Amino acid sequence: MVTIYDGKPGLSRRELLKRGSIGALLVISGSAVINPEQAWGLETSTLKPETMATLIQVARDIYPHDQVPDKYYAIAVKGHDETAAKDPAHKELIEKGIAELDKKAGKGGYRGLGWEEQRVALLTEIEKTPFFQTVRGGLVVSLYNQQEVWPIFGYEGESYSKGGYIARGFSDIEWL
Amino acid sequence: MAASFDLKNDGVVVIIGSGAGGGTLGNELAQKGVDVVILEAGARHEYEDFINDEWGSFAQLAWTDKRTTSGDWRVAKDFPNLPAWIVKSVGGSTTHWAGASLRFQEHEFKTASTYGKLEGANLLDWPVTLAEMEPYYAKAEAKMGVTGTNGWPRLPGNNNFKVLKAGADKLGYKECHTGNMAINSVERDDRNSCQQTGFCFQGCKWGAKWSTLYTEIPKGEATGHLEVRPNSMVIKINHDASGKVTGVVYADKDGKLQEQKARIVAVAGNSIESPRLLLNSQSAKFPHGLANSSGQVGKNYMRHTTGSVYAIFDKPVHMYRGTTMAGIIRDEARHDPSRGFVGGYEFETLSLGLPFMAAFLNPGGWGRSFTTALDHYDHMAGLWIVGEDMPREENRITLHKDEKDAHGMPIADVHFDDHPNDTAMRDHAYKQATALYDAVGATRTFPTPPYPSTHNLGTNRMSEKAQDGVVNKHGQTHDIKNLFVSDGSQFTTGAAENPTLTIVSLAIRQAEYIASQMSAKTI
Ligand SMILES: Cc1cc2nc3c(=O)[nH]c(=O)nc-3n(C[C@H](O)[C@H](O)[C@H](O)COP(=O)(O)OP(=O)(O)OC[C@H]3O[C@@H](n4cnc5c(N)ncnc54)[C@H](O)[C@@H]3O)c2cc1C
Ligand code: SF4
Repeated sequence: MVTIYDGKPGLSRRELLKRGSIGALLVISGSAVINPEQAWGLETSTLKPETMATLIQVARDIYPHDQVPDKYYAIAVKGHDETAAKDPAHKELIEKGIAELDKKAGKGGYRGLGWEEQRVALLTEIEKTPFFQTVRGGLVVSLYNQQEVWPIFGYEGESYSKGGYIARGFSDIEWL
Repeated sequence: MAASFDLKNDGVVVIIGSGAGGGTLGNELAQKGVDVVILEAGARHEYEDFINDEWGSFAQLAWTDKRTTSGDWRVAKDFPNLPAWIVKSVGGSTTHWAGASLRFQEHEFKTASTYGKLEGANLLDWPVTLAEMEPYYAKAEAKMGVTGTNGWPRLPGNNNFKVLKAGADKLGYKECHTGNMAINSVERDDRNSCQQTGFCFQGCKWGAKWSTLYTEIPKGEATGHLEVRPNSMVIKINHDASGKVTGVVYADKDGKLQEQKARIVAVAGNSIESPRLLLNSQSAKFPHGLANSSGQVGKNYMRHTTGSVYAIFDKPVHMYRGTTMAGIIRDEARHDPSRGFVGGYEFETLSLGLPFMAAFLNPGGWGRSFTTALDHYDHMAGLWIVGEDMPREENRITLHKDEKDAHGMPIADVHFDDHPNDTAMRDHAYKQATALYDAVGATRTFPTPPYPSTHNLGTNRMSEKAQDGVVNKHGQTHDIKNLFVSDGSQFTTGAAENPTLTIVSLAIRQAEYIASQMSAKTI
């Protein structure tokens, strides 16, 4: 049996590590967001790791693709940490935006809301804010411009080096 | 070998811009032995350097200098600083373009007399007719290798075309084929034939698609009469006391200002930059800008009535494989006011890769309604609507009051409001296209809003009378004999067809005129 902990107040990093086994949820540890199941972690330099974990959830709620693992959402939002490191105004925009969402969500915060609908309702409320616009506007490029996600959608990308599609199915449709 | 001319050489023709208009004019003049300097704001990237990646290619080739927008068009809200998707690079937008090459219809040169008076539309007949243009269209098609002309076969249909064709048949459309494309369907002109790569919008790495970059420009250079100077952004055209233009001021690759003298200046910077430059060249003698006694410089900005319809099917399509725009339905291009609007429109196949689809399907959209569309990306088919929009004086390019670019030149503001005729046409096209895909079994369709403008037209319109427009039937400005306009900004009205074949035909015709006037010593 696996017991799932998420890094919410109450469990220290030490405690978490001590307890060892962790499920699929994102874990905050030190300055990192960790997904133990899929073996990836994201170190933050400026934003709080909790903020980053929430941002990853926000990203998924904005562009939900159930077949796309969290890793790609994490890669898509990690630029905010880099920008925040250079630009205090950006740091404040993101930290405040996430704090605001957590506040609206009440006890347990944004990530504590179990249903996507509940979280989306909060996002809809803040849809016009610079925070939301910045996150969504960046995400539409940083998520869909990752070559690694293209195959998940059936997009094959670069084709010149393979000689184009002239011999690779440009007219292979059969069901018409 | 490419020529190299002195800055003080005042015998040269200076052309501003190396795209469809400027690149063609430069080669045509060079072939006639006229010395030409093309000043091009962008860098020179040869076709091997093109990138099969939408954002990567955009960063390499597109014009991303800041512009502002206003008006009720949705682009102003979704892309406030990107009104147009065009190019800043040697070859201009013929690097990005898809290659659809259609002649205008006869009545489209005579819209004022054919459509009659239309509230809020500044319609005017062209000072040229289809009959006068036909020989030049023929020359342009031969030069560009347009499929379906001169015995060149049409391209084979890709998956996206096959879906379009099946729908067209179901709806009873008669004129549906893989288009007239300036893309080699067979090897010719020392260039490859199309390999169905599917990155036509990113620059054709095979050189199969016509672009001035690797056709007109090297051919012109080979004559020894053409010099192309990249990274040279023209900011002002100078004139003398008599009002004749004498040369241009440009920022060179290091940002240093230079003056190139000229006997003749031809402006071909596309329909936002060309009027911007004329307006910015204002002087004590011409306080409202050069060639602007009519007040029409920058006005009547047209962008075609566009939109896309994408559809999802229960089985795969893979629309992105193969030539991006080789597929057309022409039945709706006729003028038939019984549909509730004047003029007509074409349907052309269109595909975007996943990154651009995400950005353009429903700009600003998010949540499951949006993402479930992308989830079926490989089950999607798509088409583009391109129809005649109405010229309006209020739709115009102006110089921004405060903001300036890196060279201190005021940036351009692009104002556009749809005319009710444009909206009626777009709605009609959305309905027809939805019905077309439904007829083939679409499970969901998406009426997709217009992208930033790829077709930019009309801002230095051609007119019979000097008071109605900026240039005469040869693209020569009414006000200044040795100043010409050589790009799509000359268009009096926009027609339903993609503009480039007409731009190229006009440039071929203009080169004949300029050369003859030079030998007659009238300019
Ligand atoms: C994605 C895409 C697809 C398209 N598909 C089609 C199609 O299928 N069929 C069709 O007919 N048309 C198509 N078009 C439109 C076509 O590309 C343009 O109509 C055509 O290239 C316009 O020619 P032009 O000479 O007016 O300007 P351009 O080809 O844009 O050339 C203008 C050049 O001038 C340069 N310039 C501007 N200002 C200055 C300055 N001040 N100093 C120096 N240089 C300057 C620019 O950098 C640019 O290189 C497409 C366009 C795009 C972007
Ligand atoms: S599909 Fe054809 S024209 Fe388009 S980029 Fe590929 S080879 Fe060139």
